[in-house]
Amino acid sequence: MNSKQKKLSLKVSEWLRSPGPDGDIVLSSRVRLARNLRDIPFPYLASDSQSAAVLEQVRSMIPALSAAHGPVRVYTMDELDSLERQVLVEKHLISPALANNQQHNSAVLLRDDEIISIMVNEEDHLRIQCLLPGLQLERALQLAEEYDDLLEAKLDYAFNERWGYLTVCPTNVGTGLRASVMMHLPALMLTKQASRILQAIAQVGLAVRGIYGEGSEIKGNLVQISNQITLGQSSEEIVRNLYGVAKQVVEQETQARQILLNEGRDRIADRVNRSLGTLRYARLISSEEAMQLLSDVRLGVDLGLIEEVDGSILKELLLLHRPAYLQYLTGRNLDSFERDRARAKLIRLRLAGKQLHEREE
Amino acid sequence: MLCENCKERQATVHLTKIINDEKYVQHLCEKCAREKGEFDFEFPSFSLQNLLSGLMNLDAQPAGQVMGFAAQKLQCDNCGLTYAQFGQLGRFGCSRCYDAFGERLVPLLRRIHGSTQHLGKIPRRAGGTLKLRRSIEELRQKLQEAVAREEFEQAAKLRDQIRELEEQAREGENNEQ
Ligand SMILES: [Zn+2]
Ligand SMILES: [Zn+2]
Repeated sequence: MNSKQKKLSLKVSEWLRSPGPDGDIVLSSRVRLARNLRDIPFPYLASDSQSAAVLEQVRSMIPALSAAHGPVRVYTMDELDSLERQVLVEKHLISPALANNQQHNSAVLLRDDEIISIMVNEEDHLRIQCLLPGLQLERALQLAEEYDDLLEAKLDYAFNERWGYLTVCPTNVGTGLRASVMMHLPALMLTKQASRILQAIAQVGLAVRGIYGEGSEIKGNLVQISNQITLGQSSEEIVRNLYGVAKQVVEQETQARQILLNEGRDRIADRVNRSLGTLRYARLISSEEAMQLLSDVRLGVDLGLIEEVDGSILKELLLLHRPAYLQYLTGRNLDSFERDRARAKLIRLRLAGKQLHEREE
Repeated sequence: MLCENCKERQATVHLTKIINDEKYVQHLCEKCAREKGEFDFEFPSFSLQNLLSGLMNLDAQPAGQVMGFAAQKLQCDNCGLTYAQFGQLGRFGCSRCYDAFGERLVPLLRRIHGSTQHLGKIPRRAGGTLKLRRSIEELRQKLQEAVAREEFEQAAKLRDQIRELEEQAREGENNEQ
């Protein structure tokens, strides 16, 4: 791997760099549209030549897609090694399912700024994803639909009047839309209010989970909320509902932060600064510990209790201290001990204001 | 057996890897396995599939054997998937499965989504004249309201618009044939 040229960019995606609206609490907004081509068997049933033809059709759309808002590049899963695929997963640009699928002519089309990614031959023939910083669900939907329209101008979509966009799984049929927000809720977690609120959200037809997929536990106080129903509501309605709920959670978290400040200022200031101290001086740090400490420091920055650290670095580190990214960055395979060391170093340097790619040895 | 990575938790994930023709077995706890990114949550899809086939079996029962039997024999002539296979997999095989399984899908989709009619976006080409027809329906609604409010000038305008869209829809349908 050392000798091999890096195919993927190590740069930090746009959604990780800028905060966006309500960006102190909502880290990102994501919209995903599931689309399929008419009559062609879905990827898991398609023959090699059928899925190759799907990929070819999508490839032929690259010039049109690139003309819209900047260059779009294609990466097939079989040309990337497992580490590179995992990096894309950690950057939230492809799903683990796509990364593990090298047999079905699976690929991803990536826009340069990594705001748009289009997965080909994942569960569905096409999954159009738009990922934006902060709470911008409507904008994300608008952008994803723009690419959707560009693709539909040439590709024959599977659609019918009754069921809408036809998908592999009956849970996606209709709009094919999955919208989600990733929220940082340290104060609600600290004050033990989170479970009450998150349970209420689950009762209005939204799904709540940790950020590493279904059934994953909540780490770094990061929570993902998404719609479950895709049929019988318009995309705009689905997005508006989720937006409304996210706004309410933002309000609750803001209140909880205020209470923390009013009633326990010294205690919370002590906690977040200790966490900062650990991150600054630790030489070995696990992913889990890093998540918790980074979450603390981010809270400290948001509350004005820590001034010398830039909040955007913390958002970036919360998501980019994961194993594949570390190994890709250092250019070699690391065992768990070496990863803990590399992670501590990365965090130390980033907190001192150094750029990631500048310090590649 | 303890996890060979953290040596703290029980190893519940056993991964076999082949590197340079040598076979290695790794014994990890779920946490470490996840951290290693070796298996990224492949299990939830199983539970989803189980859930779906559970839902489908629900409708087979009250209708009795005859109905159940007929349903099992439904098959998509495009991809070959049978309704019974759909029940096991929880996934369709191609877009034509939706037509092939037809009304049998109604209870299942109602249970999942609480609805059985798409109301969202209509694609420009694949939607055919549907978009036009929906607009015509909306205008007819407005026309009725205008008439009820005795806004006859407005009503006349709406009538013209409807006539124009109907003309377009007719042309579109002729082109499709
Ligand atoms: Zn372990
Ligand atoms: Zn079929």
